[in-house]
Amino acid sequence: MPLRTSKPKLAVWKFSSCDGCQLSLLDCEDELLAVAAAIEIANFPEASRAVVRGPYSVSLVEGSITTPEEAERIHKIRRNSRIVVAIGACATSGGLQALRNFQDVGDLSRAVYAHPEYIESLNNSTPISDHIYVDHELRGCPVNKAHLVEVLSAFLNDRKPNLPNHAVCIECKRAGTVCVMTAHGTPCLGPVTQAGCDALCPRYNRGCFGCFGPRENPNTAYLATRYREECGQTPDEVLRLFRGINAGAEPFRRESLRHET
Amino acid sequence: MYLLEPDGLETLLAILREKGYRITGPKLRDGSVVLGTIDSTASMPRGIRDHQGPGRYRLEETGDDSWFSYTLGSDSWKKLFFHPNKPLFNARRDGGLLQIEPEPVRESLQALIGVRPCELQALAVQDRVLAKGEFVDRHYAASRKGTFIVAVNCTVPGGTCFCASMGTGPKASGGYDIALTELAADGGGRFVARAGTGLGERLLAATACGKADKGEIELERKLLEAAAGKMGRTIVADGLAAALAGSHDHPRWEELEDRCLACANCTMVCPTCYCYTVEDSTDLSGATAARTRVWDSCFTADHSYLHGGSVRETRGARYRQWLTHKLSTWHEQFGSSGCTGCGRCITWCPVGIDITEEAQAVCGTAGGS
Repeated sequence: MPLRTSKPKLAVWKFSSCDGCQLSLLDCEDELLAVAAAIEIANFPEASRAVVRGPYSVSLVEGSITTPEEAERIHKIRRNSRIVVAIGACATSGGLQALRNFQDVGDLSRAVYAHPEYIESLNNSTPISDHIYVDHELRGCPVNKAHLVEVLSAFLNDRKPNLPNHAVCIECKRAGTVCVMTAHGTPCLGPVTQAGCDALCPRYNRGCFGCFGPRENPNTAYLATRYREECGQTPDEVLRLFRGINAGAEPFRRESLRHET
Repeated sequence: MYLLEPDGLETLLAILREKGYRITGPKLRDGSVVLGTIDSTASMPRGIRDHQGPGRYRLEETGDDSWFSYTLGSDSWKKLFFHPNKPLFNARRDGGLLQIEPEPVRESLQALIGVRPCELQALAVQDRVLAKGEFVDRHYAASRKGTFIVAVNCTVPGGTCFCASMGTGPKASGGYDIALTELAADGGGRFVARAGTGLGERLLAATACGKADKGEIELERKLLEAAAGKMGRTIVADGLAAALAGSHDHPRWEELEDRCLACANCTMVCPTCYCYTVEDSTDLSGATAARTRVWDSCFTADHSYLHGGSVRETRGARYRQWLTHKLSTWHEQFGSSGCTGCGRCITWCPVGIDITEEAQAVCGTAGGS
């Protein structure tokens, strides 16, 4: 183990998000004491009001960039952090709020708010990696808490984290889960979605809805053809499958546009 | 040759159970036949058949009492011996020393019920790869030792089956302790049974079944002959390996780029695919570490990752690698085809890519459905 004189400092930052991903860290009940023993939790407002000043060894960044203020703030975090890990669908693809990227934000503001003139919002909701260099990305809505521990463990032990980039299908087959698409005709995003959730939805006989976002080299177009021909999906249904939690991820965004009518 | 009456199968399972075998056989789960631990024939499906096609699998009731009117689900027996998730060792810091504790090699007395002829061939292929080469996988070899196999010949081939083309079925030619053929004409439940080993012979004799008569043996022959003619698919195996060896630049591979998802389902369900990767994990304090072997696939980018990048970036290149290894270079490497004609890769491909059709397109040979 490399010699360390003091514990590395961890900071957790929030941008436009629901807090669910950072709460996953508090959910690591069995590992939390070990995490606190190995690393100083220096800035984590959801857990403690005590804040230790930077610089930080590891910054976990939750949420997407949706305001001019956020677009500024993220650069300060990068300057103050050795390793930046974007956590969750918002931070890695723009999240559910990236649905607005397909519409005019001014129109939405006027429809929702009594005084839209007070709203200062960027046109698009974008992932952290659109703004700064990100060392690692943890996908999911929310992230898999085991991945949070894995990325910290890998950092502490100077090794590469084990984060799959292949399809959810591999997790289904390793677990012996019956394919919901082939055996039931249920449209499933598993073949184009990155593994990491232990194929949670197919294990409960539901199609994957892609909350871990596109995997490496996804073939969304031919899968969409199959949804139409074999699963009887309408263009609108196909559009909605791809335009969900990771609507802003480029392969899913592009595929959803192909099904606009 | 024996004749197993309707309760004979249960008697056979009872004998195996008594001898301490852990019995694995077909079960029904989530609309599919899967392989799992069974205590008795009561946990086995009965009176069902499957409809299989490219990217499609459905079950329906037959209305009779037959035991084996269906063919294969996505599960294959390889999961029992070549585990999808196998711990290899734990490591621990002990002062300044690193202690490695290998995962103990465990023998297990296993009995498999309902192994189809293509599956017997698949077990033989995996034995060759994992237990009979220069480097033996000790976990695989130990778990395969003493496996008792009750094979079932196929009288009702599935829609994606092509074992007759590959010369592996529908009748088992060896590799079993007992082989059964269900005489389905009278609603099922009666089997012509033959022993392949001395142990199989003794166990069959212990079930107190009678000898099969001429009529029953003739019926079995007719059923299996008819089955060979009812394969859902065909492939011309002769010359295939050589034709594929020269196909590297065939335009079909580029066309497959558009259709193949590179999701790896074909390799996961293939009963002979043996690729794995190892994953290391550590605890937060760095005091302990573990290495685990998990199923991998030639359809992932990491599978061909060398320094600087993946050798096979495109889906077409990955499909070419898989198909040409399976049907062509496997011969050079292991002395047989890597394909047994089970058809799982066709059924469980989410977009229904058909290996017989692709091989035909590349080689210009007759095949397909």
